[in-house]
Amino acid sequence: MTVTIDAKLAQSFGLTGGEYDKLLTIMGRTPSFAELGIFSVMWSEHCSYKSSRVHLKTLPTKAPWVIHGPGENAGVVDIGEGLAAIFKMESHNHPSFIEPYQGAATGVGGILRDVFTMGARPVANLNALRFGDAKHSGTRRVVDGVVRGIGGYGNCVGVPTVGGEVNFHKAYDGNPLVNAMTVGIARKDKIFLSAAAGIGNPVVYVGSKTGRDGIHGATMSSAEFDDKAASKRPTVQVGDPFIEKLLIEACLELMATDAIVAIQDMGAAGLTSSAVEMAGKGGVGIELNLDAVPQREPNMTAYEMMLSESQERMLMVLKPERTEEARRIFEKWELDFAIVGKLTDSGHITVIHNGVTEANIPLAPLADEAPIYNRPMVHAEPPRHISPPADPVGIEHALLTLIGCPDLASRSWIWNQYDGSVGGNTARRPGAADAAIVRVDGTRLGLALTTDCTPRYCQADPKAGGAQAVAEAWRNITATGAKPLAVTDNLNFGNPERPEIMGQFADAIKGMGDACRALDFPVVSGNVSLYNETRSPTGLAQAILPTPAIGALGVIADASKSIGLAMPDNHDLVLVGEIRGELGQSLWLREICHKEEGAPPRIDLVAERHNGDFVRAQIEAGHVAACHDIADGGLMITIAEMVMASGVGCELLAPPHGLPIHAFWYGEDQACYVIATKNAKAMLSAAEKAHVPARKLGHSKGTSLKMADGMSVSASRLREINEAFFPKFMGEGA
Amino acid sequence: MKIRVYVSLKEGVLDPQGKAIGHALNSLGFQGLGEVRVNRVVDLDVPADDSSAAIAKGEAMARALLANEVIEDYSVEVVA
Repeated sequence: MTVTIDAKLAQSFGLTGGEYDKLLTIMGRTPSFAELGIFSVMWSEHCSYKSSRVHLKTLPTKAPWVIHGPGENAGVVDIGEGLAAIFKMESHNHPSFIEPYQGAATGVGGILRDVFTMGARPVANLNALRFGDAKHSGTRRVVDGVVRGIGGYGNCVGVPTVGGEVNFHKAYDGNPLVNAMTVGIARKDKIFLSAAAGIGNPVVYVGSKTGRDGIHGATMSSAEFDDKAASKRPTVQVGDPFIEKLLIEACLELMATDAIVAIQDMGAAGLTSSAVEMAGKGGVGIELNLDAVPQREPNMTAYEMMLSESQERMLMVLKPERTEEARRIFEKWELDFAIVGKLTDSGHITVIHNGVTEANIPLAPLADEAPIYNRPMVHAEPPRHISPPADPVGIEHALLTLIGCPDLASRSWIWNQYDGSVGGNTARRPGAADAAIVRVDGTRLGLALTTDCTPRYCQADPKAGGAQAVAEAWRNITATGAKPLAVTDNLNFGNPERPEIMGQFADAIKGMGDACRALDFPVVSGNVSLYNETRSPTGLAQAILPTPAIGALGVIADASKSIGLAMPDNHDLVLVGEIRGELGQSLWLREICHKEEGAPPRIDLVAERHNGDFVRAQIEAGHVAACHDIADGGLMITIAEMVMASGVGCELLAPPHGLPIHAFWYGEDQACYVIATKNAKAMLSAAEKAHVPARKLGHSKGTSLKMADGMSVSASRLREINEAFFPKFMGEGA
Repeated sequence: MKIRVYVSLKEGVLDPQGKAIGHALNSLGFQGLGEVRVNRVVDLDVPADDSSAAIAKGEAMARALLANEVIEDYSVEVVA
């Protein structure tokens, strides 16, 4: 190759001048092309977390039930009965914009591998999606491809997609977010880690063959889009869910033996990051012979093989005497199996191809001296709380507008494309409860799963928004009766080299950390996606809304006792929590007054915990027939959703004095729940005893939502409006 | 005028369908196969005065619908 390797080439690989100098110091010579490639991906934002690490370190990660926190392929928590839940959320934002179907599909495949590589059988997928303005011409293409891609991969691989969330906002027009979460179950004493050990042990490659897929995806995923994105398109990765299914079964079969020393999936930066991380964590060296790597295309270079992001591949270190047994298992499942190297005591990664040493890099400095930046920050002054503006339209008009708006419209068009019940363990599907409930095989346990974030709150006040995302996830799990255990985070932000973006990032983490600590809800895994920006034709960088998506997991002792939101007939409705009428940044303000202003709702973490613990105790005591938290759209939307879920109507009492009526019904106050109970009196006196604010809202009966002033809307009309948006948006029934 | 639009996956893009076919052929005894790629042919009858106008129409249709340019290549020829 006649390429000159210098700082300029390094820059085109994404390394700054300072980083290239550091590389030269470590190597003591000019690197080879393959070595430069290895450094550039390992030191990319995606693999090194160089801008985010100083802030991530402040998040709480420990609790008595946490088995493995951040640092492994996924987080692991104890759920009792000798079992562990393993889960993580990861972004596939940039690939999903370039090729929505394959981008979303391979996002699902990648996060599945992160989970089963630890020995867990995947039992559920969730997806947090943010799309551009529904009126923007390109949005439909992305929604269509992403939803089909998630369904295509998830349905084929036989893992149910049980939940998630969707928002629309113009800030995502050129940069949608696709955050995929997988949850798996393993025996707590059978967790597989990635630290390699045993000098001389074979390094084994399994799964699909290596092609020139997505080369430099890891560095691309950290580079903001510009108008040249079209020409920068690398070969897109194409997923093959049937191979993934075989890989899951083969790995789990091998894991039932004790042949594996260490295992890691090949995700972003493929063979490079898996080999470097396994050897680095184990404090050993690794030698790879690329001639042995199963290849899909002829004449691949060492650089291409080391950086390929071909899907459905894993790297393992095996006990040498068990290699043939492992080979038999993988060949039975018709997967490639190749011994591609061995562990050494050199402390280096050595890559040999066609008899030539293409790379020889000391591992310790590659990891230890990876750049870490404490980037400059500017903290924006949070906006003031606003007092409720006058109501221009009335309660009924606002109700019908809000339940039909893109952010609140029924998502059934989406989840009907997903297989939500394959495996037969989905106790509560999307839309049936605040969190999905998945039964754990062989036990009565249920996992409660949710993803949450309100990006418009984060934009207005990143700290409050970060705390709110965690609090809402905790609340959604609580509303089903489950105990919230832990969190995985997927932090989607703009360009960290801009101080105002870095300020958003740091503030959001502060808010998340506060909430996690107050709620005993540690972060056990996560992923950071920066540079989510598009450049306008005038050259102005436009960042997405700060979106720290939270995926969360809870556990309920008996899945059959979980609570949904469908309101049964002839029950009292009780509000738990205090409504102050928070209209700042509310959907009412946006959809009715066409304003996005003011401070987001106040977060009171003490009240959050107190109210939530009360609600859970009431559920456990059997006093709750349905429960739904207050979130987007406020109390009226909460009630309307409970009505739509069952078709049973209600008669509401007049709202309290001292608050504008529309602020009471549409304020997005936090730490609040609506409960359906047989007897409001008993619930109210229990609340009083527990010093939890509560009031009776009304009674469920009939088939219409009725207010004291005479307003009446039938459940079927609500449903009709609620379900109209998606089919119309996607051009169906036209 | 009749035109034919060929659509194929770009070189290097994984073709799971081709892979499955190759695998099935192998198990039927057709051994020693290299890579199998599945492509698509679309025949169209377009209103056009001459070949170059017909081909231009075919290319426009390929870009708009028939091919996903991110992962697929296309070519157009006049058949009759």
